[in-house]
Amino acid sequence: MSVVIFLIFAIVAVVCGINVVVQTHPISSAVSLVGVMGSLAILYLLLGAEFLAAAQVIVYAGAIMVLFVFVIMLLNAGAEAKRGRSFMVQLLGVPLLMALLGLLAYFVQRLYPPATAVHFGGFTHGTAQDVGRALFTTYVLPFEVTSILILIAIVGAIVLARKELE
Amino acid sequence: MDSFIVISLIKIVVVFAVLMTTLAYLQWVERKVIAHIQVRPGPYRVGPHGLLQPLADVIKLVTKEDMLPPYVNRPLYLAAPFLAITMSLLSISVIPFGPTIDVAGYRTWMQLTDLNIGVLFVLAVSSMGVYGIALAGWSSNNKYALLGGLRSSAQMISYELPLSMAIAAPLLVSNTLSLRELVERQSGSILHWNVLHGPFPQIFSFVIFVIAAFAETNRVPFDLPEAENELVAGFHTEYSSMKFASFFMAEYANMITVSCMATLLFLGGWVAPWPAEYGSSLVPVAIFALAGVVALYHGAHPGRRRDRITLPVFGVVFLILAGIFLLPRVQEWLIPLFWFAAKTGSILFLYMWIRGTLPRFRYDQLMGFAWKFLFPVAVLNLLVTGFLVAWFS
Repeated sequence: MSVVIFLIFAIVAVVCGINVVVQTHPISSAVSLVGVMGSLAILYLLLGAEFLAAAQVIVYAGAIMVLFVFVIMLLNAGAEAKRGRSFMVQLLGVPLLMALLGLLAYFVQRLYPPATAVHFGGFTHGTAQDVGRALFTTYVLPFEVTSILILIAIVGAIVLARKELE
Repeated sequence: MDSFIVISLIKIVVVFAVLMTTLAYLQWVERKVIAHIQVRPGPYRVGPHGLLQPLADVIKLVTKEDMLPPYVNRPLYLAAPFLAITMSLLSISVIPFGPTIDVAGYRTWMQLTDLNIGVLFVLAVSSMGVYGIALAGWSSNNKYALLGGLRSSAQMISYELPLSMAIAAPLLVSNTLSLRELVERQSGSILHWNVLHGPFPQIFSFVIFVIAAFAETNRVPFDLPEAENELVAGFHTEYSSMKFASFFMAEYANMITVSCMATLLFLGGWVAPWPAEYGSSLVPVAIFALAGVVALYHGAHPGRRRDRITLPVFGVVFLILAGIFLLPRVQEWLIPLFWFAAKTGSILFLYMWIRGTLPRFRYDQLMGFAWKFLFPVAVLNLLVTGFLVAWFS
């Protein structure tokens, strides 16, 4: 059962991911990206990381992508014009892509041998309590540093926006 | 395992049927309430007191011509209403309506499923609901629809922050994310409800939650996305027939979800305001019996001729309902359901009351209110609650 659901949503994620690149209109790409985020959330859920799944949907699919869609709508961006591909791209594109994917597969195989394969339901430390405890004890320094970093980015955004106003 | 699937299927059918009926009649109740606020009778022609009006509306919406305007972005135009209604119905699945119930030897919860991240699930699903409106506005290829979609996405992003902050504070007090446990922590009496209980009563979160919920569901006074005098009908200008109906149903389903959430988070869910030993289980009996007696009295002294027949019928129905609430086997699950419905219904009534009372905000006022007032207050409230919870535990 878990494997079937995993396969369905893994395929959905990959198809949506390809669709992000293939679509010519920014809105369609953004919506495909939402599909990727949503399927990823379901994969997290299958692996037992329920808090992460909820956070994935709330933060990425629900907040960041809505902002993307909002900005695209606001700028009223039109569809991209398709340009003809050059001779080199037509000749080498597919073989080079295959080579890259093969290289990636090789390194994943080398670095993470199949002995550490994932078992559905084997991981039970994904609850909100576990994540919260880990964030505020073991990883409190990186967590706080990240929050400061985000604060700096927010202040920077406001400073840049104000400069343009004046 | 098999019985689990069968029970779940039955529960889904029951919840869906009840929800759909409530959706249809909520519309009737709203029209009636607003009509009485404006001193007019409201729907009156179809059935007694317009009671069959929702059915007539459904038939009208189903049989209307479904127009597909040219120059729309077809896939997104078709997907948007589907997305809106799916996301609004999905969050009902984690809402508990009452405690356990015994049916034919099986003991089950009055809830489709209990997630240990129930609150987050509702937040996640409701945050996905924005896409329905935003994409509907964009794909219609119409300036009014686009403006409506833009306004709604901006508004929903802005009000989601105070909403989440207001939800976080009672969660700190109750120390759980499961909606069922949330209610169990508030059991006892009205003093144990999150709105009054704890080191810091969550009355401010409750008010912030309700205000932000009005904005999230695009209701008056925050119904900018469909401001008629500026934007025709906003994001659903180009939609007709069942596609329009799905947006309509999504809005009402969202209202119900949000009211249920307010009930569960702040008002103790299905818990009675005071314990059953002091007679709280007699309240529904008293209400229905009183309604029945009043109806019978007015039936005996009719103001109009047809009241001589209709009012006694209503009186007898109310008295039978009062009698049902006295049956001990039914009582144990009907009384919690009554309290849940009463609390949720009160908040839904508040929605209608405010729609009949307040004018619409201006757009800049709407944004300023969210960011300059509601959000800081929500953060402050969360901070104080956090400190006090840490202090007293």
